[in-house]
Amino acid sequence: MTELKESMQKAHARLKKRRAAEKRFKMFGVGALAFAFLCVLMLFTSIISNGYTGFKQSYIQLDVVMDETVVDPDGSRDPAKMMFSNYNALVKTALKTKFPDVTNRRDKRKLYGLISSSAGYDLRDMVLDDPSIIGTTQTVWVMASDEVDMLIKGVFDRTQPESTRPITNDEIAWVETLEKENRVEKRFNTNFFTAGDSREPEQAGIQGALVGSALTMLVTLALSFPLGVMAAIYLEEFAPKNKFTYLVEVNINNLAAVPSIVFGLLGLAIFLNLFGMPRSAPVAGGMVLALMTLPTIIIAARAALKSIPPSIMEAAIGVGASKMQAVFHHQLPLALPGILTGTIIGMAQALGETAPLLMIGMVAFIADVPSTPFDPATVLPVQVYLWADSPERAFVEKTSAAIMVLLGFLITMNALAVLLRKKLERRW
Amino acid sequence: MQTTIFTFTVLLLALIGFYMGRARAVSSVGGDIRQLHSLPRHYGYYVSLWCGLPTLFLFILWFIFEPQIINSLVLHNVTAINDETSSAMVARILSDIKFIAANGTNVKSATPEMIAAADHYLELKKIGIACLGVAVLAFAIVGLVIGNKNIGEKLKARDQVEKAIRVLLLASSIVAILTTIGIVSSLLFEAIRFFGKVPLSEFLFGLEWSPQIALRKDQVASQGSFGAVPIFAGTMLISFIAMCVAVPVGLLSAIYMSEYATPKVRGLGKPILEILAGIPTVVYGFFAALVVAPTIRNIGEGWGLEVASESALAAGLVMGIMIIPFVSSLSDDVIRAVPQALRDGSYALGGTKSETVLQVILPAALPGIVGGIMLAISRAIGETMIVVMAAGLSANLTANPLQAVTTATVQMVTLLVGDQEFDSPKTLAAFALGLVLFCVTLCLNVIALRVVAKYREKYD
Repeated sequence: MTELKESMQKAHARLKKRRAAEKRFKMFGVGALAFAFLCVLMLFTSIISNGYTGFKQSYIQLDVVMDETVVDPDGSRDPAKMMFSNYNALVKTALKTKFPDVTNRRDKRKLYGLISSSAGYDLRDMVLDDPSIIGTTQTVWVMASDEVDMLIKGVFDRTQPESTRPITNDEIAWVETLEKENRVEKRFNTNFFTAGDSREPEQAGIQGALVGSALTMLVTLALSFPLGVMAAIYLEEFAPKNKFTYLVEVNINNLAAVPSIVFGLLGLAIFLNLFGMPRSAPVAGGMVLALMTLPTIIIAARAALKSIPPSIMEAAIGVGASKMQAVFHHQLPLALPGILTGTIIGMAQALGETAPLLMIGMVAFIADVPSTPFDPATVLPVQVYLWADSPERAFVEKTSAAIMVLLGFLITMNALAVLLRKKLERRW
Repeated sequence: MQTTIFTFTVLLLALIGFYMGRARAVSSVGGDIRQLHSLPRHYGYYVSLWCGLPTLFLFILWFIFEPQIINSLVLHNVTAINDETSSAMVARILSDIKFIAANGTNVKSATPEMIAAADHYLELKKIGIACLGVAVLAFAIVGLVIGNKNIGEKLKARDQVEKAIRVLLLASSIVAILTTIGIVSSLLFEAIRFFGKVPLSEFLFGLEWSPQIALRKDQVASQGSFGAVPIFAGTMLISFIAMCVAVPVGLLSAIYMSEYATPKVRGLGKPILEILAGIPTVVYGFFAALVVAPTIRNIGEGWGLEVASESALAAGLVMGIMIIPFVSSLSDDVIRAVPQALRDGSYALGGTKSETVLQVILPAALPGIVGGIMLAISRAIGETMIVVMAAGLSANLTANPLQAVTTATVQMVTLLVGDQEFDSPKTLAAFALGLVLFCVTLCLNVIALRVVAKYREKYD
């Protein structure tokens, strides 16, 4: 009797331990998931909190005297000559009249530094648009320089001692004077979407990178989609079961796992050095990415073709179609939603890819927006990499903003793939 | 420009061929198309293919060989080049010539000889284009005629066309093999050139890596040493840290999702992991450099530790986060493949869920999980952007995760980005590193895929 009781007690104790272990194990699982969730949360909050200000840009209002002796000294009103006048001098004069007590040369230079160097171009465009404003005083909004922009957005702490912040007391005082007079404004940063790259953070934009990405993706899609689908059709429907086919299959699976940077080396050695393709051009980049995306598309297309029941093929052949006709007229259209889903996912991967493009020279500083796939260009992720490397504080928000645009595209593409799968894919 | 015109001409001819072929086939049976072997349009396709395919081959050959032939012809007449000129110099002269040809003689490098070469270049280009035009037209027209001539009542046009398409399909599946051949041959070729300058033993066992080569011969600088051990060690250190994060988190979340989670939790957890998987690596790199590295540094300093601002820990940690979804989805697959009967057996004997997982499911799924982890390791050592942005450049031989180390991919990027001379050991070293990287990842992948496949067979 006591023996039984003892063993019952032991069992109870053991059971308690086992239940505790069970609970512990479950908590580990929850912890792992929570950790992943926390990572996503941290990543997004850090990017968004750094980046949302990048979509705004500070502007400063100035009263600019369109001095004729500066803009058009010989009075000819010839646009070709007025193109090259010293418009920055107008900005400087306007600042000098605004803050007349700044006399020291070093302070003056700081004062001029409040305004972005692009202000001169804005004035030039105004004058060329409407020459009648020459000689008048115009109230214009011009872009603030990146450091002032950071100050206005509150990134630089005004209360810190002067030596530890990148902006001096004088500059803060000037900006505060302007702020008191309502001459400072934050606006939506259209420049960010319409300008190419620039060394000046406030003038830098992502249009060049966006167009470069679009051209690269176009080349990638034009090559990898037809090649991938045709290869999948061959392997799934026509290939004889022999050693060669096995070799091709193993090869495709392995290619899918080759590090992306190795594809970059391939592009450098073969496309650039052997075939003499242009460096930094979307053609070369698109071809490298196409080779990278090919395995993804082939694997997805094969899975889609495999999921079609054989009865479709048999019916087509039964009414006299050749195998080729059965595949192209019946199997392929039915498999298309699945193939497209795989293609979109592959393209999303290619859009975010950076490393192989570094190898083929798409990291050059390119301020112009490319117009053909043969022009030197950069792509969005590479632009992110380039800006992340820049020392100016203002590039941090530009980088984060560019990442937000990139993630926006990727999320849209993936959502599209999910939608496509839900709407069009048929279960047999 | 001209090539676009040629392309359109050929396309137009092929279109004409299509209608001609179809009309000829119909008229050869007096309008009674039931007597034809194939549908009339197949005869059209047949002629189009005869017209277009040979021309396509011609185009491809021309695009591959034209630049080389013209370059060698142009350089033949340039006296500044002899057998001893380095290939970088040749490339520079060539690009100068092309620059003059494109922008006129008004540039600095325009000596009379260079101008003559540029003129020669332009002339050759013109001749080349003219030759191409004539050849393309001739091929297209001859193809058109032959195709048309073959058409008759007896021609099995559909079979012929399908044969051609089949060849096309086969050719596109060979692209994958060509890619592999291209990768292997370019890596091998350049790596062999590298090992001609730096002995293999020094590369594999040397402890000193500083690839800076003096630009001028008389410059006082290190001659560059290429011992890759610190790089391999750094790669392994960072990958190890990444695995320490990714394997437990990925595996546990996979177990939780497949064994414990309600459908609701699973519906929430899966997208989170998918988001992690879809974020581009350059974003992780930025995150590592901007957030994780400074945080680790601050924490370390709080404890009185000296932490490098580009510590291996930061790069490894973020790389681990990147690999979590990879490990989790692979282990999810294998855990799901374990037959339900094994679970039921364990529950029937009174096992709790965790006991079932740890003592039945995991041992049964172990080969698959090991395979998945191997694939994840190969991902980690091939990962580039995170380490380029968050790990160091100098090759330290250390096992301290708080110090900066460098990896093979970082070195490849730094050696190849920017100005390159194509026969200095500095650039070639990148290819040698690439070869090692390729071989290691290939071995890991082949073994892992085999293990996973074997494992699947066991339970299918």
